[in-house]
Amino acid sequence: MAAVTETLDTVQSVTQSGYKWGFETSIEMDFAPKGLNEDIIRLISARKEEPEWMLEWRLKAYAAWLKMEEPQWARVDHPPIDYQDLHYYAAPKKKAGPKSLDEVDPELLKMYEKLGIPLKERAILAGVDPDTVENTQIAVDAVFDSVSVATTFQTTLRKAGVIFCPISEAVREHPDLVKQYLGTVVPTGDNFFAALNSAVFTDGSFVFIPKGVRCPMELSTYFRINARNTGQFERTLIIAEAGSHVSYLEGCTAPQRDENQLHAAVVELVAMDDAQIKYSTVQNWYPGDSNGKGGIYNFVTKRGACRGARSKISWTQVETGSAITWKYPSCVLHGEDSVGEFYSVAVTNNHQQADTGTKMIHIGKGSSSTIISKGISAGHSNNTYRGLVRMLPSASNARNFTQCDSLLIGDQCGAHTVPYIESRNLTAKVEHEATTSKIADDQLFYCRQRGLSEEDAVSLIVNGFCKDVLKQLPMEFAVEAQKLLAVSLEGSVG
Amino acid sequence: MLDIRGLAASIYDKPILNGIDLTVPPGEVHAVMGPNGAGKSTLGYVLSGREDYEVTAGTVTFNGTDLLAMEPEQRAAAGVFLAFQAPIELPGVNNANFLRTALNAIRRAHSEPELDAVQFLKLARAETKRLAMPDDMLKRNVNVGFSGGEKKRNEVLQMAILRPKLAILDETDSGLDIDALKIVAEGVNAQRRPDFSALVITHHQRLLDYLVPNRVHVLLNGRIVRSGGPELAKELEKSGYANLIAEAA
Repeated sequence: MAAVTETLDTVQSVTQSGYKWGFETSIEMDFAPKGLNEDIIRLISARKEEPEWMLEWRLKAYAAWLKMEEPQWARVDHPPIDYQDLHYYAAPKKKAGPKSLDEVDPELLKMYEKLGIPLKERAILAGVDPDTVENTQIAVDAVFDSVSVATTFQTTLRKAGVIFCPISEAVREHPDLVKQYLGTVVPTGDNFFAALNSAVFTDGSFVFIPKGVRCPMELSTYFRINARNTGQFERTLIIAEAGSHVSYLEGCTAPQRDENQLHAAVVELVAMDDAQIKYSTVQNWYPGDSNGKGGIYNFVTKRGACRGARSKISWTQVETGSAITWKYPSCVLHGEDSVGEFYSVAVTNNHQQADTGTKMIHIGKGSSSTIISKGISAGHSNNTYRGLVRMLPSASNARNFTQCDSLLIGDQCGAHTVPYIESRNLTAKVEHEATTSKIADDQLFYCRQRGLSEEDAVSLIVNGFCKDVLKQLPMEFAVEAQKLLAVSLEGSVG
Repeated sequence: MLDIRGLAASIYDKPILNGIDLTVPPGEVHAVMGPNGAGKSTLGYVLSGREDYEVTAGTVTFNGTDLLAMEPEQRAAAGVFLAFQAPIELPGVNNANFLRTALNAIRRAHSEPELDAVQFLKLARAETKRLAMPDDMLKRNVNVGFSGGEKKRNEVLQMAILRPKLAILDETDSGLDIDALKIVAEGVNAQRRPDFSALVITHHQRLLDYLVPNRVHVLLNGRIVRSGGPELAKELEKSGYANLIAEAA
């Protein structure tokens, strides 16, 4: 008991200094005026040098958004967001979208160095040809506020036929592909935040893997919100043609600020016959201080369509940041024998609120899905798993297995599990298992009796709890994620 | 090595230990026997630093240092090991990883170099072999899905790997069949060396046939009411604690 009380005291004292990524980079910025209207959308579109059809698409989404209301069903609570009090476009001045890496502002490079991104890249960004720098197998697209500032390994990827570029560039360079797929997985009017994103999205990544190609390296996008009072609305579109494979990772951080910042992204994945997409996220947006002041509001729509037979989409997420997380990476399983997977670790501490989970929509015969969700709550936080498994009449012999485990640290936090299951096919099988446990004082004592410090003991127990999910991450990121878990829960118990 | 003077302790304001005097010299094995509720397990917890117990009087000196002033992990680093009566499960935590983390924490405390995974596995495999335990014991999650006997053997394996100076065995024999009992006893006997002592808490004399103690102490109502040689355990086995309880009353 004593350990837990102490824990709570420590929890309350740590977070302020606990967020290592809270620095701000001073760079001259080019802002759109605050507020949202058709003119702002025209301005964004013009800055991005977009074709007319793209602008029309945005305006249509904006019209839809005007008629929509913020969803109220999530177990999250926040003061009303003033959508007119935000900048919808912010870009480092000088060159919005440098033509080559050596044009990048040195202040930006310093920031990425501080963040420790594998932008090997300091050399590369300093002007060295990326393809001559070896020993890294990760291509990175770095998005700073509203623009993509650097994408590495372009040449190597292009040789393999892979397109990996900022989505704003894809709109200009590969309009047919973008037109064919954009908004087909998450329609512009899908939900309030997706509609907002469709109207004002500024950058994000575009990935195209042609037929039969195994992407030669991990692809990664790094998102950073830097500017004050700025929303980040990135849009990612990944297309895997028949028989292709790709593994993609996104990471995110933001400076420590007292006011809340809005992040509303949309991610769309398309997998054709036998294609596989593995999408991993390590989300570490600023969570606010220990009293719940500041932090990112993270309202994200992520969805993948398994269009082809035997296609597979796998979402892995480690969510440690944000004041509020509202996020349900989902799979629509059209293809026969297609496979959807969702592996999630969500950590909430202090006053963080997370309402996260997944949707698995089974349409194809023999489609199968696996959901493993691990929620960890500490401090005064609330952590909700919300998941939908829907078996449509066509989904004969479809299967789902769901396991939701919650771990509580202390006695002032909450864990909630809200599964929705709808089956309209008698041959479909749905299994759901859920557990809730607490890090018990006797577990801590057992570890300490063997010589472990309280912090090491918690970290060991939490990592054990998350093991099934962490092992899904690419090796380098699994190590990162473990460290991040330790930092997020620092002092939360011993 | 271990010197307990006038030790009194309570849990949630209920006194359990009422003035214990006990000295265990280096190299000796002492048994603590007594009926249920005598305070045997409490003694083990107080010596290893469990927070729920409050020490209300007395001192405990371990190799010249004040044991009661130390955190549980500092006591572990100083060489105190408690084999739990009911070993705790750690889901998802691999036994080998757990033990290596523990061993390295102790080695760090002594400014000794840490062992990498390969070095550790070599050491751990040698110990499992010596204790006739299957290798997969190391791969499994700490105590998860272990039978009662496996849990107790796992405690002995941990002791063998961490090589403590003072092992407190809290009813490690309970629930064991005769073969498992022998393995546990042999595990402790293998540790016997001039700088190793053990405090063996038990209900039954049976374990002491294989793990012969230098001294036997009888604990009753939080006090040691009798001490003697190994023959005392045999005597208790015949006559039970009834006479002692009557004497004490």
